[in-house]
Amino acid sequence: MFSSLFKSSPHGAMGMTTNQVMRMVCYATIPGFLAQIYFFGWGSLIQLVLCIVVALVSEAIILSLREKPIRRTLGDGSALLTGLLLALSIPPLAPWWISVIGVAFAIIIVKQLYGGLGFNLFNPAMAGYVVLLISFPVAMTNWQPIQPLLMHSMSLTDAVFVIFSGFSTEGYSTSQLKMFIDGTTMATPLDQFNTSLAQQLTASEILDFDIYGEYGGMGSQWVNLGYLLGGLWLLRMGVIRWHIPVAMISTILVLAFLASLASPDKTYPAVHHLFTGATMLGAFFIATDPVSASTTPKGRLLFGALIGALVFIIRQWGGYPDGVAFAVLLANMCVPLIDHYTQPTVYGHKGMKK
Amino acid sequence: MQSELSLLEQIKQDKIWEFPGGIHPPEQKSLSNQTAINDLPSCQRYYVPIKQHIGSTDDILVNVGDDVLGNQALTDANLAMTVPVHAPVAGKVVAIEPHVSAHASAKPELTIVIERSDNQKTISAQPIKKWASEDRLTLATQIKKMGLSGMGGAGFPTHIKVNSAKPIDVLILNGVECEPYITSDDVLMREFAHDIITGGQILQHVLQSKICVIAIEDNKPEAIESIKKACEGIEGFKVKVVPTKYPSGGEKQLIQLLTGEQVPSGSIPADLGIVMQNVGTAYAVKEAIIDGLPLTKRVVTITGDRVSASQNVWALLGTPVSELLLHAGFNPEKDQRVIMGGPMMGFAVLDAAMPVIKTTNCILAPSAYKLPEQGVEQACIRCGLCADACPAELLPQQLQWFSKAKDHEKLEDYNLFDCIECGACAYVCPSQIPLVQYYRTSKAEIREAQQEKIKSDKAKVRFEQRQERLEREKEARLAKHKASAEKRAQALQKDTSAKDKIAAALARAKAKKAAKAEESNASVPATVEEDAAAARKAKVAEAIARAKAKKASSQESSQSTDAAPEAETLAKEKPTSENKEQPESQSSEQATPSADELRKQKIAAAIAKAKAKKAKSD
Repeated sequence: MFSSLFKSSPHGAMGMTTNQVMRMVCYATIPGFLAQIYFFGWGSLIQLVLCIVVALVSEAIILSLREKPIRRTLGDGSALLTGLLLALSIPPLAPWWISVIGVAFAIIIVKQLYGGLGFNLFNPAMAGYVVLLISFPVAMTNWQPIQPLLMHSMSLTDAVFVIFSGFSTEGYSTSQLKMFIDGTTMATPLDQFNTSLAQQLTASEILDFDIYGEYGGMGSQWVNLGYLLGGLWLLRMGVIRWHIPVAMISTILVLAFLASLASPDKTYPAVHHLFTGATMLGAFFIATDPVSASTTPKGRLLFGALIGALVFIIRQWGGYPDGVAFAVLLANMCVPLIDHYTQPTVYGHKGMKK
Repeated sequence: MQSELSLLEQIKQDKIWEFPGGIHPPEQKSLSNQTAINDLPSCQRYYVPIKQHIGSTDDILVNVGDDVLGNQALTDANLAMTVPVHAPVAGKVVAIEPHVSAHASAKPELTIVIERSDNQKTISAQPIKKWASEDRLTLATQIKKMGLSGMGGAGFPTHIKVNSAKPIDVLILNGVECEPYITSDDVLMREFAHDIITGGQILQHVLQSKICVIAIEDNKPEAIESIKKACEGIEGFKVKVVPTKYPSGGEKQLIQLLTGEQVPSGSIPADLGIVMQNVGTAYAVKEAIIDGLPLTKRVVTITGDRVSASQNVWALLGTPVSELLLHAGFNPEKDQRVIMGGPMMGFAVLDAAMPVIKTTNCILAPSAYKLPEQGVEQACIRCGLCADACPAELLPQQLQWFSKAKDHEKLEDYNLFDCIECGACAYVCPSQIPLVQYYRTSKAEIREAQQEKIKSDKAKVRFEQRQERLEREKEARLAKHKASAEKRAQALQKDTSAKDKIAAALARAKAKKAAKAEESNASVPATVEEDAAAARKAKVAEAIARAKAKKASSQESSQSTDAAPEAETLAKEKPTSENKEQPESQSSEQATPSADELRKQKIAAAIAKAKAKKAKSD
């Protein structure tokens, strides 16, 4: 009459499963992703499809080699999410093999070789990104200026052609496609700022360039806003906790504010920091990856603050224009240490020596 | 830790503190708390396990075939941690045998089976009406005699708790009932508020506590109302409403909610001056003292989507679960789960013959749709939801890694034993990892390892002690030998003649030994015989010699030279042959030839002389 299967209490569980968590994170990228397509063209969509396919295929291959259940594991959505996040980070018109190498490295080396989901020390997407950045620095920093400023407009077919052959349907190369209406080219807002500073321009002069908007990069401020919205939704849904994003963003804000007090003419404004580059994507979608982040409440604050500080330091003084990926990886390394020293006091152990 | 006064002050404030973590599962309480408590129709047989509490058991007072009256004690309770069980009905003891127990393992335990008789007589009750003038011991003894143990969960003997050696300031009556589905305390508080408060007053009197707090979750407004009414005008009684959150009814969590204090790890609430009792236990205390009735029934919630009439019933202890389900209109689905207790901490009923015992508060028959089973375990993504939900502020996912790795040292480092097994972590786990099951297994393994260690340590100590003893004895022996050897050496140096004495003694001993050996020698009788033969021969020879001499003296002397050497060789040969026949070891006798031999030699000599004479005369 009764189920004879012995099950320990509790009998029943809350609705949200790991699969749902991953899926919700994917959905939350939609506003930022749409902004990215609007400002930077169809390239992102093609990268997205490419990265997800490569991610799933790599994961499936390794799972079959490791003799693990393939369907069920792919169903957890973690590989899909890694591919997605990497696609959002790669320059939209980067050649296809860049995406393939990056995603395959992220899934095979960074995730599966460490034991699969839950065992990876580093954020797979960011580790893949950093490998690409170090190996192919030119291709990886080759972000297009936003579409409205471009001399040559880009169709979806153009994007496909550029990514897979290096040239658009009309035969323009990626560097030609970068050209502004007036025939000049410019780097990304963060990159351009440092370059222009070296050319003895002041901060206010630099921010008058077309590529800058009111609160960040002309396009990236909207993209960041999109990710902020998605992130807030995740917070509301209880998928992520506030600790890491709040600690990271506030640390960047405080450090940038202090720096701009010290030398306002040479510093990228504090608010601009938040709405340029990968700040919001990093704060809500990358740094909050639970596997590679700290697990204690205090530790999460520390972890987030560490990432924020590193992002600021790299942007301000480092050789790379943006530092979110490096910051996240460096902080990942510190996680075991942070976790060890931030253990909460267990009930009944107040005042007791550990 | 703060002083007693501040604890009292804290509890007197209208403040409710917070405890970390906790969850809000769907309450599902309205299923069963809409009706009054019903009586369960009597059934034919009652299965009364002799142990329904934490502790030990004593002798069984009845035999198979005995007729028992209702409320009659079935077991003795002379030991400290025992409480008796009583007959829920009058009837006949038809068996005393192992029966499926009301435990997660369903392991059979010794159970007294009573067949109900038609004639329901009960033994006369012995109430203590004037309890206020009785002393603590009398009341505690009555509480014990009436078989009271905690009815909230663990089943700790009540008389031990109320007989605390430590001064108690605060009595907490726990009416929180935070588990989903269960409403037995809720309806009891609604209907028997006065009895509960009277029970609280008796407990207050026994404990000599200064304040009694009745804690109720805010999702039970009717119960709060009736308890508040019952408390009106009673000095030192206070109702505290705590917010609905699981597991606020846990002893440690409720203390934290009411006082802001934590029970230190390894301590009990009494160390803080607090005793907590379930409201059901308070009701039973009232019955035991004022009505003189033993604990033979309790309120049980029968609920879940698979029973048509969810309700609360007065169930006699020993009633099989099947009777309760039957009464509530059980309609099982495929792979139906039935749970004794709530969904968070209850256990699966594997056999419907499992009886209701003192701690059974709920029988839950949920549908798989409303209370879905946990799915297949997935990889931990370290999301930390478990740590957020843990009311003890443990790190469940770390514990899970260590549990899987069987790293007992780390598990204890991370305070596994402070886990109260509330199940909040497993409830929120998106990877559906049965965390509590891992912890239970690990706890059992660690306890086992500790037992093993204690055993092996004892054996080791025993072995070492034995080795030591043997070593000691050996040394003592050696020392004794050495001492006596020294003594001997000293004695020798003092008196050298002793050496000669020893030599003499040795010689004596040797001689004795030799004599013994001679006696036992088989050749001895032969020697004697031969001696005799030799003597005869010698006589013959003498006679011959004499005759010859006579003949010779009468005859011519020319023939005598031939005879003389003959006689001489004979005389010479004889002793040699005799010597050879003697055992050679008898050196002392060789040194002194026997008289016999001398005689022979003399004879031989005489013969020789005679022959020589004859020769001369020839």
